[in-house]
Amino acid sequence: MTLALRQPSVIPGFGITLGFTLFYMGLILLIPIGAFLLYTAQMSWADFWQAVSHRQVVASYKLSFGASLIAALLNLVFGAIVAWVLVRYQFFGKRVIDALVDLPFAMPTAVAGIALVTLYASTGWVGQYLEILGLRVAYTQLGVVVALTYIGLPFVVRTVQPVLEDLERELEEASAILGANRLTTLRRVILPALLPALLTGFALAFARALGEYGSVIFIAGNLPFRTEITPLLIVAKAEQYDYPGAAAIGTVMLLAAFVLLLLINTLQWWTARHSRR
Amino acid sequence: MSTIASHIHGTRAAAPTWRRATEEPAWVRRLLIGIALGFLSLFLVLPLTVVLYGAFEQGLQVWYAAITEPDAQAAIRLTLLVVAIVVPINLVFGVMAAWAIAKFEFRGKSVLITLIDLPFAISPVVVGLIFVILLGSQGWLGPWLAEHDLRVIFAVPGIIIVIAFGTMPFVARELIPLMQQQGKEEEESSLTLGANGWQTFWRVTLPNIKWGVIYGVILCNARAMGEFGAVAVVSGRIRGETNTMPLHIEVLYNEYLFTAAFAVSSLLAGLAIVTIAVKSLVDWRDERQRHQAAA
Repeated sequence: MTLALRQPSVIPGFGITLGFTLFYMGLILLIPIGAFLLYTAQMSWADFWQAVSHRQVVASYKLSFGASLIAALLNLVFGAIVAWVLVRYQFFGKRVIDALVDLPFAMPTAVAGIALVTLYASTGWVGQYLEILGLRVAYTQLGVVVALTYIGLPFVVRTVQPVLEDLERELEEASAILGANRLTTLRRVILPALLPALLTGFALAFARALGEYGSVIFIAGNLPFRTEITPLLIVAKAEQYDYPGAAAIGTVMLLAAFVLLLLINTLQWWTARHSRR
Repeated sequence: MSTIASHIHGTRAAAPTWRRATEEPAWVRRLLIGIALGFLSLFLVLPLTVVLYGAFEQGLQVWYAAITEPDAQAAIRLTLLVVAIVVPINLVFGVMAAWAIAKFEFRGKSVLITLIDLPFAISPVVVGLIFVILLGSQGWLGPWLAEHDLRVIFAVPGIIIVIAFGTMPFVARELIPLMQQQGKEEEESSLTLGANGWQTFWRVTLPNIKWGVIYGVILCNARAMGEFGAVAVVSGRIRGETNTMPLHIEVLYNEYLFTAAFAVSSLLAGLAIVTIAVKSLVDWRDERQRHQAAA
């Protein structure tokens, strides 16, 4: 039983590497976040509450949380199908498709934003056909969902793919031998094994969508009460030098991010435990 | 083994009506591939195509004029300056953090790994706001900075700080699982054989993690160049001075200069394509090495 901070090792460099890591993270990450929370804490409760519960702000929460949820659900369904197809089937161009899945992660959000609005505008390549069906995407809440689906696309695919690759085919064979048809095997054998990874990917996509700014503002049109996301209101308040108002809403978003991060960590721990068994 | 496998596959190809119990019917397979390809074309291929089409629609000369115009050049120069500072810092941080986490057991390690992920979870606009409040003229350090004639917010240093914050995890995230998986036996042998810490790092560790470092750096670089929300809050959008490439794209788009906006975008989209190409190259190498190790 030792109370030492670390276990002994012949490898050098513990002090300097951990020291630099903590110094850098403290300087750039922890102290600024702490200062920000302190700044908000200095506001009176009445001011804080007024800032975060204003009608326009509440409308933006509804849109941000709602659209992020729908986008993450779309990614859950289509991401699972994409992961399945990439792991289980052979088809022409598979390698390229597989590589392309990471594109939204590498593409600058502003570029994605102007590309999506150009596609879905009523004169755009996709928008003009949707217009015939009576469906408007650009400058509506549907546009927000489209942008958030785009940026969240890699997460479910990339969390499910490795778990699916490691899934033992013997389990499916056993299920088939025991008389289950393919759908029953999918429901009773494959889905339970994928569940932690699916939920992790869903939560990651949701968290990313909630804070997203660049890809949304172009396609949303930013109409008050209708297509204003919460990050946009933070920027608007900061540009009007209303820092307390911006900080109050920012704190709400920050706390939501912390809760999601905690949830994602729990899910990842569950995934690791699940796949080790 | 392989001959048996190919034999089985051969017979299967010859008798297409026969289906394994762990496979789906052909129509299900085709339907799922169709759905996946349709979804990915709509969300990945079309946006990329529209950027490149918009950039080159009016010919190479117009494209070239748009990216060599003075404000665009200033934005490109500023963006390159920022990544030249941010990427090396986050590379050093990533290697150091991965070394401490992968080679040692210490208390609070899982908390540290979670904290490294923090910038992923925080909205970029909140990141910008945090630093405006801390370092802006009305912020806590504002008066002190003004006294020493240092401009951080609405100036280049602020842009560097928020981008460093936002891209902090990328190298570390790439290296931590890689180095954890490789363990520490090789380093221990090297040290036992008389090499010192530096020699061990340069000759044993670095060759093992080389590809992870390359991908981490290129991803960090792409994300640093593309950072938008946080920069939008701290830059003040001074044309030719504090506009990075993404902010310049926004300005052009809002002025209805669509071809110019897409021309500058095409540079960043090209960088994104290079980034995912490097990633698949690294993945492909890993896969091949694992196959060789298994054989």
